[in-house]
Amino acid sequence: MKILYFAWLRTKTGIGEEDVHPPAAVADVGALVAWLAARSPGHRAAFADLHLVRVAVNQDYVGLDHPVKEGDEIAFFPPVTGGAR
Amino acid sequence: MIRVQAADFDVGAELAGFAADDRAIGGICTFVGLVRDVAEGGAQVAAMTLEHYPGMTERQLEAIEAEARRRWPLKDVLVIHRFGRLEAGDRIVLVATAASHREAAFASCHFLMDWLKTKAPFWKLEHTGDGESWVAAKDGDDDAAARWDGADDGE
Repeated sequence: MKILYFAWLRTKTGIGEEDVHPPAAVADVGALVAWLAARSPGHRAAFADLHLVRVAVNQDYVGLDHPVKEGDEIAFFPPVTGGAR
Repeated sequence: MIRVQAADFDVGAELAGFAADDRAIGGICTFVGLVRDVAEGGAQVAAMTLEHYPGMTERQLEAIEAEARRRWPLKDVLVIHRFGRLEAGDRIVLVATAASHREAAFASCHFLMDWLKTKAPFWKLEHTGDGESWVAAKDGDDDAAARWDGADDGE
């Protein structure tokens, strides 16, 4: 699956994009987050407070219980801040 | 119509071409968002960089436009949102709505701005004299978007 990081999640992990192949037991977003967090200290820091992290699977907002599978595009980012004040 | 671009836009030229052939339109409402030179904490903002998620940005903005059209009888909608480095005073976003009656145009323009702030995947990195920092989302933005829940029709 293709993992994307934006804004400070990209800064903390040090990467914008990575291809990963977690074990089959990683079947939803929550399990994927736990698996990704173990990849490096930067990943651990990025996922330290999940209240500050939003998730999209295949470009739609989802929750931590949403299923993930091989071939998915999964993005992690902070709450959005577009538009004008 | 949705456009996501790095380049600036000309408000006059955009509006001159917007919904120009439809004589049933009674009014056009527009909102233009600008880069302010003051951060939340009071620091002077020289510039900002708007990062976005190509693909999802367009998809979310199209969904927001569709929701506005579902709620109000709109003749046309235009949303232009910029990304990349912007200086203080630069234009960030243009929202224009056209309708037979002004209430729908005003209400849907307001709705589009409130919703895109909480749903379109953009993130602001502010550049100040102290360095750079990511702008945190405000609870007020969610509150502003939530006020439209249940407010189904502006007529």
